[in-house]
Amino acid sequence: MFTILGIPSQALFGQLLLGLINGSFYALLSLGLAIIFGLLNVINFAHGAQYMMGAFLTWMLLSYFGIGYWWALLLVPILVGIFGLLLERLLISRLHHLDHLYGLLLTFGLALIIQGAFRIQYGVSGLPYGIPVTLAGGQNLGFMFLPNYRLWVILLSLSVCLATWLLIEKTKLGAYLRAATENPTLVQAFGINVPRLITLTYGGGVALAALAGVMAAPIYSVNPNMGADMIITVFAVVVIGGMGSIAGSIVTGFALGLIEGLTKLLYPEASSTVIFIIMAIVLLLKPAGLFGRRV
Amino acid sequence: MADTAPVPLLRVDGLDAWYGDSHVLHGLSFEVRDGEVVTLLGRNGAGKTTTLRAIIGILRQRQGSISLAGREIIRHSSNAIARLGIGYCPEERGIFASLSVRENLLLPPVIRSGGLSLEQIFALFPNLQERVHSQGTKLSGGEQQMLAIARILRTGARLLLLDEPTEGLAPVIIEQIGRTIHELKRQGFTIVLVEQNFRFAAQLADRHYIVEQGKVVDMFENATLERNIDKLHAYLGV
Repeated sequence: MFTILGIPSQALFGQLLLGLINGSFYALLSLGLAIIFGLLNVINFAHGAQYMMGAFLTWMLLSYFGIGYWWALLLVPILVGIFGLLLERLLISRLHHLDHLYGLLLTFGLALIIQGAFRIQYGVSGLPYGIPVTLAGGQNLGFMFLPNYRLWVILLSLSVCLATWLLIEKTKLGAYLRAATENPTLVQAFGINVPRLITLTYGGGVALAALAGVMAAPIYSVNPNMGADMIITVFAVVVIGGMGSIAGSIVTGFALGLIEGLTKLLYPEASSTVIFIIMAIVLLLKPAGLFGRRV
Repeated sequence: MADTAPVPLLRVDGLDAWYGDSHVLHGLSFEVRDGEVVTLLGRNGAGKTTTLRAIIGILRQRQGSISLAGREIIRHSSNAIARLGIGYCPEERGIFASLSVRENLLLPPVIRSGGLSLEQIFALFPNLQERVHSQGTKLSGGEQQMLAIARILRTGARLLLLDEPTEGLAPVIIEQIGRTIHELKRQGFTIVLVEQNFRFAAQLADRHYIVEQGKVVDMFENATLERNIDKLHAYLGV
Protein backbone atom coordinates (compact mmCIF):
# COMPACT_ATOMS: atom_id res chain seq x y z
CA MET A 1 0.00 0.00 0.00
CA PHE A 2 1.25 3.54 -0.79
CA THR A 3 0.04 7.02 0.04
CA ILE A 4 -0.93 10.01 -2.10
CA LEU A 5 -0.84 13.43 -0.38
CA GLY A 6 -0.69 11.52 2.88
CA ILE A 7 -3.84 9.54 2.09
CA PRO A 8 -3.53 5.75 1.93
CA SER A 9 -4.14 4.58 -1.65
CA GLN A 10 -6.72 2.05 -0.48
CA ALA A 11 -8.80 4.83 1.09
CA LEU A 12 -8.32 7.24 -1.81
CA PHE A 13 -9.25 4.80 -4.55
CA GLY A 14 -12.01 3.33 -2.41
CA GLN A 15 -13.62 6.75 -2.11
CA LEU A 16 -13.09 7.47 -5.79
CA LEU A 17 -14.82 4.18 -6.59
CA LEU A 18 -17.69 5.07 -4.28
CA GLY A 19 -17.86 8.45 -5.98
CA LEU A 20 -18.01 6.80 -9.39
CA ILE A 21 -20.80 4.49 -8.21
CA ASN A 22 -22.84 7.41 -6.93
CA GLY A 23 -21.92 9.31 -10.09
CA SER A 24 -23.26 6.42 -12.18
CA PHE A 25 -26.66 6.80 -10.54
CA TYR A 26 -26.56 10.59 -10.68
CA ALA A 27 -25.73 10.45 -14.40
CA LEU A 28 -28.45 7.93 -15.27
CA LEU A 29 -31.11 9.70 -13.25
CA SER A 30 -30.19 13.22 -14.34
CA LEU A 31 -30.04 12.02 -17.95
CA GLY A 32 -33.68 10.90 -17.75
CA LEU A 33 -34.66 14.15 -16.07
CA ALA A 34 -32.83 16.21 -18.70
CA ILE A 35 -34.47 14.37 -21.59
CA ILE A 36 -37.91 14.85 -20.07
CA PHE A 37 -37.31 18.50 -19.28
CA GLY A 38 -35.84 19.18 -22.72
CA LEU A 39 -38.90 18.04 -24.63
CA LEU A 40 -41.78 18.30 -22.20
CA ASN A 41 -40.63 21.30 -20.17
CA VAL A 42 -41.76 19.27 -17.18
CA ILE A 43 -39.60 19.11 -14.07
CA ASN A 44 -40.36 15.48 -13.29
CA PHE A 45 -40.44 15.37 -9.54
CA ALA A 46 -41.74 11.79 -9.73
CA HIS A 47 -38.35 10.66 -11.08
CA GLY A 48 -37.10 9.55 -7.67
CA ALA A 49 -40.30 7.59 -7.06
CA GLN A 50 -39.92 5.93 -10.48
CA TYR A 51 -36.34 4.98 -9.59
CA MET A 52 -37.65 3.52 -6.33
CA MET A 53 -40.34 1.62 -8.30
CA GLY A 54 -37.55 0.13 -10.43
CA ALA A 55 -35.76 -1.17 -7.34
CA PHE A 56 -38.98 -2.46 -5.76
CA LEU A 57 -40.15 -4.16 -8.92
CA THR A 58 -36.77 -5.90 -9.14
CA TRP A 59 -37.25 -7.15 -5.60
CA MET A 60 -40.88 -8.14 -6.31
CA LEU A 61 -40.00 -10.06 -9.47
CA LEU A 62 -37.54 -12.14 -7.47
CA SER A 63 -39.65 -12.53 -4.31
CA TYR A 64 -43.00 -13.28 -5.95
CA PHE A 65 -42.08 -14.81 -9.31
CA GLY A 66 -38.54 -16.08 -8.90
CA ILE A 67 -37.36 -13.85 -11.75
CA GLY A 68 -33.76 -12.85 -11.18
CA TYR A 69 -31.59 -9.80 -11.75
CA TRP A 70 -30.76 -10.28 -15.45
CA TRP A 71 -34.37 -10.57 -16.54
CA ALA A 72 -35.22 -7.67 -14.23
CA LEU A 73 -32.70 -5.51 -16.11
CA LEU A 74 -34.83 -6.00 -19.20
CA LEU A 75 -38.36 -6.26 -17.78
CA VAL A 76 -38.38 -3.56 -15.12
CA PRO A 77 -37.51 -0.60 -17.37
CA ILE A 78 -40.20 -1.78 -19.80
CA LEU A 79 -42.86 -2.16 -17.11
CA VAL A 80 -42.08 1.10 -15.31
CA GLY A 81 -41.68 2.81 -18.72
CA ILE A 82 -45.23 1.71 -19.62
CA PHE A 83 -46.39 3.13 -16.30
CA GLY A 84 -44.67 6.39 -17.37
CA LEU A 85 -46.43 6.32 -20.74
CA LEU A 86 -49.78 6.04 -19.00
CA LEU A 87 -48.94 8.84 -16.57
CA GLU A 88 -48.01 11.12 -19.45
CA ARG A 89 -51.02 10.28 -21.58
CA LEU A 90 -53.58 10.41 -18.79
CA LEU A 91 -52.28 13.23 -16.58
CA ILE A 92 -49.19 15.16 -17.62
CA SER A 93 -50.32 15.79 -21.21
CA ARG A 94 -53.25 17.79 -19.84
CA LEU A 95 -50.82 20.37 -18.44
CA HIS A 96 -48.64 20.93 -21.53
CA HIS A 97 -50.14 24.32 -22.26
CA LEU A 98 -49.58 25.56 -18.70
CA ASP A 99 -46.54 26.91 -16.86
CA HIS A 100 -43.74 24.49 -15.77
CA LEU A 101 -44.85 24.93 -12.20
CA TYR A 102 -48.03 22.93 -12.77
CA GLY A 103 -46.09 19.95 -14.11
CA LEU A 104 -43.75 20.14 -11.13
CA LEU A 105 -46.66 20.23 -8.69
CA LEU A 106 -48.42 17.33 -10.40
CA THR A 107 -45.31 15.14 -10.46
CA PHE A 108 -44.50 16.12 -6.87
CA GLY A 109 -47.97 14.94 -5.87
CA LEU A 110 -47.52 11.74 -7.86
CA ALA A 111 -44.19 11.10 -6.14
CA LEU A 112 -45.83 11.40 -2.72
CA ILE A 113 -48.68 9.08 -3.73
CA ILE A 114 -46.34 6.42 -5.15
CA GLN A 115 -44.01 6.57 -2.15
CA GLY A 116 -46.98 6.50 0.22
CA ALA A 117 -48.45 3.44 -1.48
CA PHE A 118 -45.16 1.52 -1.18
CA ARG A 119 -44.70 2.68 2.43
CA ILE A 120 -48.16 1.38 3.36
CA GLN A 121 -47.49 -1.96 1.71
CA TYR A 122 -43.86 -2.57 2.65
CA GLY A 123 -43.01 -0.24 5.53
CA VAL A 124 -39.89 1.91 5.66
CA SER A 125 -37.29 -0.64 6.64
CA GLY A 126 -35.14 -1.72 3.73
CA LEU A 127 -35.61 -4.99 1.87
CA PRO A 128 -32.49 -6.94 0.97
CA TYR A 129 -31.60 -7.90 -2.61
CA GLY A 130 -28.53 -9.99 -3.23
CA ILE A 131 -25.82 -9.37 -5.77
CA PRO A 132 -26.25 -11.76 -8.74
CA VAL A 133 -24.02 -14.79 -8.37
CA THR A 134 -22.12 -14.12 -11.61
CA LEU A 135 -21.10 -10.69 -10.31
CA ALA A 136 -20.19 -11.72 -6.77
CA GLY A 137 -16.66 -11.28 -5.50
CA GLY A 138 -14.13 -8.84 -6.81
CA GLN A 139 -10.67 -8.09 -8.11
CA ASN A 140 -7.64 -7.32 -5.99
CA LEU A 141 -5.84 -4.60 -7.92
CA GLY A 142 -3.01 -4.37 -5.42
CA PHE A 143 -3.78 -0.81 -4.37
CA MET A 144 -7.48 -1.53 -3.79
CA PHE A 145 -10.17 -4.19 -3.89
CA LEU A 146 -12.67 -3.71 -6.74
CA PRO A 147 -16.04 -5.47 -6.25
CA ASN A 148 -17.28 -6.94 -9.53
CA TYR A 149 -20.83 -5.68 -9.12
CA ARG A 150 -19.69 -2.08 -8.61
CA LEU A 151 -17.50 -2.28 -11.69
CA TRP A 152 -20.54 -3.62 -13.59
CA VAL A 153 -22.69 -0.70 -12.41
CA ILE A 154 -20.12 1.83 -13.60
CA LEU A 155 -19.66 0.14 -16.97
CA LEU A 156 -23.39 -0.36 -17.55
CA SER A 157 -24.18 3.21 -16.59
CA LEU A 158 -21.45 4.55 -18.89
CA SER A 159 -22.72 2.35 -21.74
CA VAL A 160 -26.34 3.39 -21.28
CA CYS A 161 -25.38 7.07 -21.05
CA LEU A 162 -23.27 6.79 -24.20
CA ALA A 163 -26.00 4.90 -26.07
CA THR A 164 -28.59 7.49 -25.06
CA TRP A 165 -26.31 10.33 -26.13
CA LEU A 166 -25.71 8.62 -29.49
CA LEU A 167 -29.45 8.05 -29.92
CA ILE A 168 -30.18 11.71 -29.37
CA GLU A 169 -27.24 13.22 -31.24
CA LYS A 170 -26.74 10.83 -34.13
CA THR A 171 -30.06 9.29 -35.13
CA LYS A 172 -33.16 10.45 -36.96
CA LEU A 173 -35.27 9.93 -33.84
CA GLY A 174 -32.79 12.07 -31.92
CA ALA A 175 -33.05 14.78 -34.58
CA TYR A 176 -36.85 14.73 -34.15
CA LEU A 177 -36.39 15.07 -30.39
CA ARG A 178 -33.93 17.96 -30.68
CA ALA A 179 -36.05 19.75 -33.25
CA ALA A 180 -39.24 19.23 -31.23
CA THR A 181 -37.46 20.64 -28.17
CA GLU A 182 -36.87 23.86 -30.15
CA ASN A 183 -40.10 24.23 -32.09
CA PRO A 184 -42.68 21.48 -31.57
CA THR A 185 -45.35 23.30 -33.60
CA LEU A 186 -43.24 23.36 -36.75
CA VAL A 187 -42.05 19.78 -36.28
CA GLN A 188 -45.69 18.73 -36.09
CA ALA A 189 -46.43 20.73 -39.27
CA PHE A 190 -43.79 18.60 -41.02
CA GLY A 191 -45.89 15.50 -40.43
CA ILE A 192 -44.32 14.23 -37.21
CA ASN A 193 -46.67 13.18 -34.42
CA VAL A 194 -45.21 15.33 -31.63
CA PRO A 195 -47.68 14.34 -28.87
CA ARG A 196 -46.70 10.71 -29.44
CA LEU A 197 -43.03 11.69 -29.43
CA ILE A 198 -43.55 13.46 -26.10
CA THR A 199 -45.28 10.43 -24.59
CA LEU A 200 -42.52 8.08 -25.75
CA THR A 201 -39.85 10.45 -24.47
CA TYR A 202 -41.44 10.58 -21.04
CA GLY A 203 -41.71 6.78 -21.05
CA GLY A 204 -38.04 6.53 -22.07
CA GLY A 205 -36.93 8.91 -19.33
CA VAL A 206 -38.91 6.94 -16.77
CA ALA A 207 -37.41 3.68 -18.07
CA LEU A 208 -33.94 5.11 -17.45
CA ALA A 209 -34.92 5.88 -13.85
CA ALA A 210 -36.24 2.34 -13.47
CA LEU A 211 -33.01 0.90 -14.90
CA ALA A 212 -31.08 2.87 -12.29
CA GLY A 213 -33.44 1.36 -9.71
CA VAL A 214 -32.63 -2.20 -10.87
CA MET A 215 -28.91 -1.45 -10.68
CA ALA A 216 -29.32 0.08 -7.22
CA ALA A 217 -31.28 -2.80 -5.70
CA PRO A 218 -28.22 -4.96 -4.84
CA ILE A 219 -26.24 -1.95 -3.55
CA TYR A 220 -28.66 0.16 -1.57
CA SER A 221 -31.42 -1.11 0.63
CA VAL A 222 -34.72 -1.27 -1.31
CA ASN A 223 -37.05 1.08 0.54
CA PRO A 224 -39.80 3.58 -0.32
CA ASN A 225 -37.63 6.60 0.54
CA MET A 226 -34.62 5.68 -1.58
CA GLY A 227 -35.79 7.87 -4.46
CA ALA A 228 -36.65 10.86 -2.30
CA ASP A 229 -33.17 10.72 -0.76
CA MET A 230 -31.54 10.70 -4.18
CA ILE A 231 -33.73 13.05 -6.19
CA ILE A 232 -32.71 16.33 -4.54
CA THR A 233 -29.05 15.64 -5.32
CA VAL A 234 -29.98 14.63 -8.86
CA PHE A 235 -31.87 17.89 -9.38
CA ALA A 236 -28.74 19.73 -8.29
CA VAL A 237 -26.75 17.73 -10.86
CA VAL A 238 -29.22 18.71 -13.60
CA VAL A 239 -29.07 22.38 -12.61
CA ILE A 240 -25.26 22.34 -12.59
CA GLY A 241 -25.09 20.51 -15.94
CA GLY A 242 -27.71 22.74 -17.52
CA MET A 243 -31.44 22.04 -17.62
CA GLY A 244 -32.18 19.88 -20.64
CA SER A 245 -28.52 19.29 -21.55
CA ILE A 246 -27.87 15.60 -22.25
CA ALA A 247 -24.06 15.77 -22.30
CA GLY A 248 -24.18 18.12 -19.30
CA SER A 249 -26.13 15.62 -17.24
CA ILE A 250 -23.78 12.75 -18.01
CA VAL A 251 -20.51 14.61 -17.45
CA THR A 252 -21.78 16.47 -14.39
CA GLY A 253 -23.28 13.32 -12.89
CA PHE A 254 -20.01 11.42 -12.91
CA ALA A 255 -17.89 14.47 -11.99
CA LEU A 256 -20.03 15.38 -9.00
CA GLY A 257 -20.02 11.79 -7.81
CA LEU A 258 -16.22 11.91 -7.80
CA ILE A 259 -16.11 15.33 -6.10
CA GLU A 260 -18.52 14.09 -3.43
CA GLY A 261 -16.37 11.00 -2.91
CA LEU A 262 -13.18 13.03 -2.55
CA THR A 263 -14.88 15.43 -0.15
CA LYS A 264 -15.81 12.47 2.06
CA LEU A 265 -12.12 11.77 2.34
CA LEU A 266 -10.75 15.29 2.66
CA TYR A 267 -13.48 17.02 4.65
CA PRO A 268 -16.25 14.55 5.54
CA GLU A 269 -18.42 17.21 7.22
CA ALA A 270 -19.01 18.89 3.84
CA SER A 271 -19.63 15.73 1.80
CA SER A 272 -23.42 16.00 1.89
CA THR A 273 -23.42 19.71 1.03
CA VAL A 274 -20.58 20.06 -1.48
CA ILE A 275 -22.86 19.46 -4.49
CA PHE A 276 -25.26 22.16 -3.33
CA ILE A 277 -22.40 24.62 -2.75
CA ILE A 278 -21.28 23.97 -6.34
CA MET A 279 -24.86 24.41 -7.52
CA ALA A 280 -25.12 27.79 -5.82
CA ILE A 281 -21.82 28.95 -7.35
CA VAL A 282 -22.83 27.75 -10.83
CA LEU A 283 -26.22 29.44 -10.54
CA LEU A 284 -24.52 32.71 -9.61
CA LEU A 285 -21.86 32.58 -12.34
CA LYS A 286 -23.61 30.68 -15.13
CA PRO A 287 -27.35 30.44 -14.49
CA ALA A 288 -27.96 28.25 -17.56
CA GLY A 289 -25.61 25.61 -16.11
CA LEU A 290 -22.19 24.48 -17.29
CA PHE A 291 -23.51 22.94 -20.53
CA GLY A 292 -26.85 24.73 -20.81
CA ARG A 293 -27.90 26.96 -23.66
CA ARG A 294 -30.76 28.75 -22.01
CA VAL A 295 -31.95 29.86 -18.61
CA MET B 1 -74.87 18.66 -68.66
CA ALA B 2 -72.65 17.50 -65.84
CA ASP B 3 -70.03 19.91 -64.49
CA THR B 4 -66.67 18.65 -65.73
CA ALA B 5 -64.49 21.33 -64.12
CA PRO B 6 -61.64 19.59 -62.28
CA VAL B 7 -61.67 19.64 -58.50
CA PRO B 8 -59.15 22.28 -57.34
CA LEU B 9 -56.17 20.89 -55.45
CA LEU B 10 -56.84 23.32 -52.60
CA ARG B 11 -60.16 24.98 -51.88
CA VAL B 12 -60.57 27.31 -48.90
CA ASP B 13 -64.14 28.30 -48.33
CA GLY B 14 -65.56 30.66 -45.71
CA LEU B 15 -62.51 30.31 -43.47
CA ASP B 16 -62.66 32.03 -40.10
CA ALA B 17 -59.70 31.94 -37.70
CA TRP B 18 -58.86 33.34 -34.30
CA TYR B 19 -55.78 34.07 -32.21
CA GLY B 20 -57.28 33.78 -28.74
CA ASP B 21 -60.09 36.33 -28.71
CA SER B 22 -58.89 38.11 -31.85
CA HIS B 23 -60.97 37.21 -34.89
CA VAL B 24 -58.38 37.38 -37.71
CA LEU B 25 -59.89 35.69 -40.77
CA HIS B 26 -63.45 36.51 -41.75
CA GLY B 27 -64.87 34.05 -44.25
CA LEU B 28 -61.78 33.93 -46.46
CA SER B 29 -62.19 31.93 -49.68
CA PHE B 30 -59.93 31.04 -52.57
CA GLU B 31 -58.87 28.04 -54.60
CA VAL B 32 -55.73 26.72 -56.23
CA ARG B 33 -55.71 24.37 -59.20
CA ASP B 34 -53.20 21.59 -59.64
CA GLY B 35 -49.87 22.91 -60.95
CA GLU B 36 -50.72 26.56 -60.35
CA VAL B 37 -48.68 29.18 -58.54
CA VAL B 38 -51.02 31.47 -56.68
CA THR B 39 -50.09 34.42 -54.49
CA LEU B 40 -51.82 35.94 -51.54
CA LEU B 41 -51.03 39.63 -51.66
CA GLY B 42 -51.94 42.21 -49.07
CA ARG B 43 -50.72 44.67 -46.53
CA ASN B 44 -49.11 43.72 -43.23
CA GLY B 45 -51.64 42.21 -40.88
CA ALA B 46 -54.17 41.46 -43.63
CA GLY B 47 -54.25 37.76 -42.68
CA LYS B 48 -51.99 36.15 -45.31
CA THR B 49 -49.68 34.33 -42.90
CA THR B 50 -52.65 33.38 -40.74
CA THR B 51 -54.27 31.81 -43.80
CA LEU B 52 -51.27 29.53 -44.36
CA ARG B 53 -51.09 28.69 -40.65
CA ALA B 54 -54.78 27.80 -40.69
CA ILE B 55 -54.41 25.63 -43.80
CA ILE B 56 -51.51 23.62 -42.38
CA GLY B 57 -53.30 23.34 -39.02
CA ILE B 58 -50.83 25.20 -36.82
CA LEU B 59 -53.67 27.59 -36.02
CA ARG B 60 -56.28 25.33 -34.49
CA GLN B 61 -58.96 27.93 -33.79
CA ARG B 62 -60.51 27.89 -37.22
CA GLN B 63 -63.77 27.03 -38.90
CA GLY B 64 -65.14 26.91 -42.42
CA SER B 65 -63.87 24.52 -45.03
CA ILE B 66 -60.40 23.60 -46.27
CA SER B 67 -60.30 20.79 -48.78
CA LEU B 68 -57.35 19.15 -50.42
CA ALA B 69 -58.19 17.42 -53.71
CA GLY B 70 -61.82 17.33 -52.60
CA ARG B 71 -61.03 15.93 -49.12
CA GLU B 72 -62.04 18.03 -46.13
CA ILE B 73 -59.04 18.58 -43.82
CA ILE B 74 -60.10 21.30 -41.41
CA ARG B 75 -60.53 18.86 -38.52
CA HIS B 76 -57.17 17.17 -39.10
CA SER B 77 -54.13 17.81 -36.90
CA SER B 78 -51.19 19.56 -38.56
CA ASN B 79 -49.11 16.38 -38.80
CA ALA B 80 -51.98 14.59 -40.53
CA ILE B 81 -52.41 17.51 -42.95
CA ALA B 82 -48.71 17.50 -43.79
CA ARG B 83 -48.91 13.77 -44.46
CA LEU B 84 -51.64 14.37 -47.03
CA GLY B 85 -49.08 16.18 -49.15
CA ILE B 86 -48.70 19.79 -48.01
CA GLY B 87 -45.24 21.25 -47.37
CA TYR B 88 -45.02 24.38 -45.25
CA CYS B 89 -42.21 26.93 -45.26
CA PRO B 90 -42.83 29.45 -42.46
CA GLU B 91 -42.14 33.16 -42.57
CA GLU B 92 -39.52 32.92 -39.82
CA ARG B 93 -37.90 30.02 -41.73
CA GLY B 94 -37.83 27.76 -38.68
CA ILE B 95 -34.29 26.48 -39.06
CA PHE B 96 -33.34 24.33 -36.08
CA ALA B 97 -30.23 25.51 -34.26
CA SER B 98 -29.48 22.11 -32.73
CA LEU B 99 -29.46 20.42 -36.14
CA SER B 100 -26.89 20.54 -38.92
CA VAL B 101 -27.88 21.62 -42.43
CA ARG B 102 -28.08 17.96 -43.43
CA GLU B 103 -30.23 17.08 -40.40
CA ASN B 104 -32.50 20.06 -41.12
CA LEU B 105 -32.84 18.84 -44.70
CA LEU B 106 -33.65 15.29 -43.67
CA LEU B 107 -35.99 16.21 -40.81
CA PRO B 108 -39.41 16.26 -42.54
CA PRO B 109 -40.39 12.65 -43.24
CA VAL B 110 -40.91 11.50 -46.81
CA ILE B 111 -44.65 11.06 -47.15
CA ARG B 112 -44.83 9.78 -50.71
CA SER B 113 -42.61 9.15 -53.67
CA GLY B 114 -41.89 11.89 -56.17
CA GLY B 115 -39.94 14.19 -53.87
CA LEU B 116 -36.59 15.59 -54.89
CA SER B 117 -33.47 13.62 -54.04
CA LEU B 118 -30.66 15.26 -52.09
CA GLU B 119 -28.67 15.45 -55.34
CA GLN B 120 -31.50 17.32 -57.05
CA ILE B 121 -31.81 19.64 -54.07
CA PHE B 122 -28.08 20.37 -54.10
CA ALA B 123 -28.30 21.05 -57.83
CA LEU B 124 -30.99 23.65 -57.07
CA PHE B 125 -29.13 25.08 -54.06
CA PRO B 126 -25.38 24.49 -54.44
CA ASN B 127 -24.66 26.65 -51.35
CA LEU B 128 -26.35 24.06 -49.15
CA GLN B 129 -24.09 21.28 -50.35
CA GLU B 130 -21.02 23.30 -49.42
CA ARG B 131 -22.34 23.88 -45.91
CA VAL B 132 -24.06 20.57 -45.30
CA HIS B 133 -22.26 19.93 -42.01
CA SER B 134 -22.69 23.46 -40.62
CA GLN B 135 -25.15 24.23 -37.86
CA GLY B 136 -28.42 25.29 -39.50
CA THR B 137 -28.60 28.72 -37.90
CA LYS B 138 -24.99 29.55 -38.83
CA LEU B 139 -26.07 30.01 -42.46
CA SER B 140 -26.72 33.44 -43.94
CA GLY B 141 -30.34 34.63 -44.16
CA GLY B 142 -30.51 33.70 -47.84
CA GLU B 143 -29.06 30.25 -47.25
CA GLN B 144 -31.48 29.66 -44.39
CA GLN B 145 -34.34 30.55 -46.71
CA MET B 146 -33.03 28.11 -49.31
CA LEU B 147 -32.78 25.44 -46.61
CA ALA B 148 -36.32 26.15 -45.43
CA ILE B 149 -37.65 25.63 -48.96
CA ALA B 150 -35.33 22.75 -49.78
CA ARG B 151 -36.33 20.57 -46.84
CA ILE B 152 -39.99 20.39 -47.91
CA LEU B 153 -39.06 19.39 -51.46
CA ARG B 154 -37.76 16.01 -50.30
CA THR B 155 -41.02 14.92 -48.77
CA GLY B 156 -43.07 14.29 -51.89
CA ALA B 157 -45.52 17.06 -50.95
CA ARG B 158 -47.04 18.48 -54.15
CA LEU B 159 -48.63 21.56 -52.58
CA LEU B 160 -46.15 24.03 -51.11
CA LEU B 161 -47.12 26.88 -48.82
CA LEU B 162 -44.33 29.48 -48.94
CA ASP B 163 -44.64 32.37 -46.52
CA GLU B 164 -42.73 35.48 -47.66
CA PRO B 165 -39.69 33.63 -48.98
CA THR B 166 -38.03 36.87 -50.12
CA GLU B 167 -38.45 38.86 -46.92
CA GLY B 168 -35.28 40.64 -45.86
CA LEU B 169 -33.09 39.08 -48.56
CA ALA B 170 -30.60 40.68 -50.95
CA PRO B 171 -31.73 41.13 -54.59
CA VAL B 172 -29.34 38.49 -55.85
CA ILE B 173 -30.78 35.91 -53.42
CA ILE B 174 -34.34 36.94 -54.31
CA GLU B 175 -33.46 36.27 -57.94
CA GLN B 176 -32.17 32.81 -57.04
CA ILE B 177 -35.31 32.00 -55.05
CA GLY B 178 -37.39 33.23 -57.98
CA ARG B 179 -35.54 30.88 -60.33
CA THR B 180 -36.12 28.03 -57.89
CA ILE B 181 -39.86 28.65 -57.65
CA HIS B 182 -40.00 28.86 -61.43
CA GLU B 183 -38.25 25.51 -61.69
CA LEU B 184 -40.58 23.96 -59.12
CA LYS B 185 -43.55 25.20 -61.11
CA ARG B 186 -42.04 23.67 -64.23
CA GLN B 187 -41.74 20.38 -62.37
CA GLY B 188 -45.46 20.48 -61.57
CA PHE B 189 -45.50 21.63 -57.94
CA THR B 190 -48.53 23.61 -56.85
CA ILE B 191 -47.54 26.66 -54.82
CA VAL B 192 -49.33 29.14 -52.60
CA LEU B 193 -47.01 32.08 -52.14
CA VAL B 194 -47.57 34.78 -49.54
CA GLU B 195 -45.79 37.92 -50.69
CA GLN B 196 -45.60 41.63 -50.12
CA ASN B 197 -43.24 42.05 -53.06
CA PHE B 198 -45.76 41.84 -55.90
CA ARG B 199 -43.12 42.55 -58.56
CA PHE B 200 -41.46 39.30 -57.49
CA ALA B 201 -44.81 37.52 -57.42
CA ALA B 202 -45.78 38.84 -60.85
CA GLN B 203 -42.89 36.97 -62.46
CA LEU B 204 -44.03 33.64 -61.06
CA ALA B 205 -47.73 33.44 -60.32
CA ASP B 206 -50.69 32.51 -62.45
CA ARG B 207 -53.16 34.33 -60.26
CA HIS B 208 -53.10 36.79 -57.38
CA TYR B 209 -55.60 36.96 -54.56
CA ILE B 210 -55.82 40.23 -52.63
CA VAL B 211 -56.33 39.76 -48.90
CA GLU B 212 -57.70 42.60 -46.81
CA GLN B 213 -58.90 42.45 -43.22
CA GLY B 214 -59.05 38.68 -43.17
CA LYS B 215 -60.86 38.03 -46.44
CA VAL B 216 -60.16 37.83 -50.14
CA VAL B 217 -61.42 41.03 -51.74
CA ASP B 218 -60.20 40.63 -55.32
CA MET B 219 -58.41 38.31 -57.70
CA PHE B 220 -56.29 39.10 -60.75
CA GLU B 221 -55.09 36.79 -63.46
CA ASN B 222 -51.40 37.46 -63.91
CA ALA B 223 -51.99 38.42 -67.54
CA THR B 224 -54.25 41.27 -66.40
CA LEU B 225 -51.89 42.59 -63.75
CA GLU B 226 -50.52 45.49 -65.79
CA ARG B 227 -54.04 46.59 -66.71
CA ASN B 228 -55.00 46.61 -63.01
CA ILE B 229 -51.81 48.07 -61.64
CA ASP B 230 -53.44 51.19 -60.16
CA LYS B 231 -56.05 49.09 -58.40
CA LEU B 232 -53.34 46.82 -57.07
CA HIS B 233 -51.30 49.76 -55.82
CA ALA B 234 -54.36 51.02 -54.01
CA TYR B 235 -54.90 47.62 -52.35
CA LEU B 236 -51.30 47.32 -51.30
CA GLY B 237 -50.84 50.96 -50.35
CA VAL B 238 -47.84 51.30 -52.64
